[in-house]
Amino acid sequence: MSTAALYTWRKFKNAMMLSMTGLSLLAVIGVLFLILAYTVSKGINHINWDLITQMPAPVGEEGGGMANAIVGSLILVALGSAYGIPVGLFAGIYLAETEKGWFARTVRFLTEVLNGIPSIVIGVVAFIVVVLPMKRFSALAGGFALGILMIPLITRTTEEMIRLVPSSFREAGLALGIPRWKTMLFVILPAAFKGIFTGIFLSIARAIGETAPLLFTALGNRFWSTELDQPIASMTVFIYDYARAPFDDWNQQAWAASFILIMLVFVLNIIFRFVTRKTYTA
Amino acid sequence: MYDIMQQPLKRSSMSSTQTAEEKISVATDMETAPRMEALRLNAWYGKTQALFNVSLEIPRNKVLAIIGPSGCGKSTFLRSLNRMHEEVGGRIDGRILLDGEDIMDNDPVFLRRKVGMVFQKPNPFPTMTVAQNVVAGLKLNGMRDRKELARITEENLRRVALWDEVKDALNKPGSSLSGGQQQRLCIARTLAVEPEVILMDEPASALDPISTMKIEELIDELKKKYTIVIVTHNMQQAARISDYTAFFYMGKLIEVGKTSKIFTKPAHRQTEDYVTGSFG
Repeated sequence: MSTAALYTWRKFKNAMMLSMTGLSLLAVIGVLFLILAYTVSKGINHINWDLITQMPAPVGEEGGGMANAIVGSLILVALGSAYGIPVGLFAGIYLAETEKGWFARTVRFLTEVLNGIPSIVIGVVAFIVVVLPMKRFSALAGGFALGILMIPLITRTTEEMIRLVPSSFREAGLALGIPRWKTMLFVILPAAFKGIFTGIFLSIARAIGETAPLLFTALGNRFWSTELDQPIASMTVFIYDYARAPFDDWNQQAWAASFILIMLVFVLNIIFRFVTRKTYTA
Repeated sequence: MYDIMQQPLKRSSMSSTQTAEEKISVATDMETAPRMEALRLNAWYGKTQALFNVSLEIPRNKVLAIIGPSGCGKSTFLRSLNRMHEEVGGRIDGRILLDGEDIMDNDPVFLRRKVGMVFQKPNPFPTMTVAQNVVAGLKLNGMRDRKELARITEENLRRVALWDEVKDALNKPGSSLSGGQQQRLCIARTLAVEPEVILMDEPASALDPISTMKIEELIDELKKKYTIVIVTHNMQQAARISDYTAFFYMGKLIEVGKTSKIFTKPAHRQTEDYVTGSFG
């Protein structure tokens, strides 16, 4: 092959690879826009303030909203975070600090197993552990299930992000006579902060979008309730119920609610990015 | 600087402080009690033994250089002195004394405030500013007085001759400084805790010649107040800055003595081969 031909061949290969990566990118973004466009077009009649400010309308009546479901979802995620984040963080720190040993290896393995457990199974566990003893569906049971879902994700990202911090910083802290826990808290965790925060955000985004673990824990509620020991509404269960309902108006509300749910995750993402914006890089 | 060769020996012999069976090699001609002392020190990484029966005195307010080829155990020895060796899963037996007290008897956290360490690669804390880095050791151990912290920051940055270079950049990230400045910042951070002994693990090996010179000048200044142990690969550096030199080879202490003697009339063939560049 002549030099010129070789050069043309290489330019061709380059163009091929470039367009393949470009197409993949388009596919990813395209799917997102497809979902957004579809939910908007299907739910356009109900994407309005009523949806997020009104209570569900009685059966047979048009309109209404899901204000209780939005608040319920936030309460459920807050409950899950309240213990899921600390447990996940501490477990991640433990794993990062204890590289070897059968216990750490076992915990690491079990974390992966936990991450792979279908969420409906976690719902069943929460049903048995919380709902049956309390003899009622409750926000607490829903939060418990969501927390279990969040833990493995937070544990893994925390461990990995701490490991990414060069050990020289840890050594520098210890060599200054700073106790191990303070070195972790004030030297290593701040350096890993951004990555850990991303992990926490992803786990929250996952939890807020879960339906299965809530079906027989938080159950759902058509009325306003913020009582933790009572059944509570959530956006995902709202969508589930309304999408299955035989009323066209309800189906449209389910689409609109899906759109709001996506937007909520989107807004949360922006907030998190804003919070983690100002950090030094190692 | 007075010449210690002409000083009368205040310590007649080692036998006054050691039992008969502890025949050990020591830095001779020391005029005062040593600041630190290793007695029959063995060290391991897992199953690999890195140090064999090392006994060595670390003279007070002097610079002791530790030289030897890679893997000879010099860093392990250094890291045993402030118990950093055990942080990476290492194990030692034998005794290490600081001012006559066994360092294993106390919490390593307190030991490390007395025996500071400067590392090979400059490692200012990434999320802290220049000023925060200097006083990190004090702040994280509870000092809150802002005025006092500011005073200590300036004092220690001046001691490492960094103040004029960074006084307008105190609130910039520590990692924004140049490599040589970062290393002096790390020394200032170590000094701020007011240690008695400073361990340096090849502190200039990652730096350019001018930064190296500044660090060496600094070491010469610091030995008036501190006891310094420096591990170095650079034999000229050892010859320039140290009062005593210890030569390690394959985990054993081969020879220790006045730097002038080690580099001109070493007692052992291996030492001579190493310092003259025949191997290593």
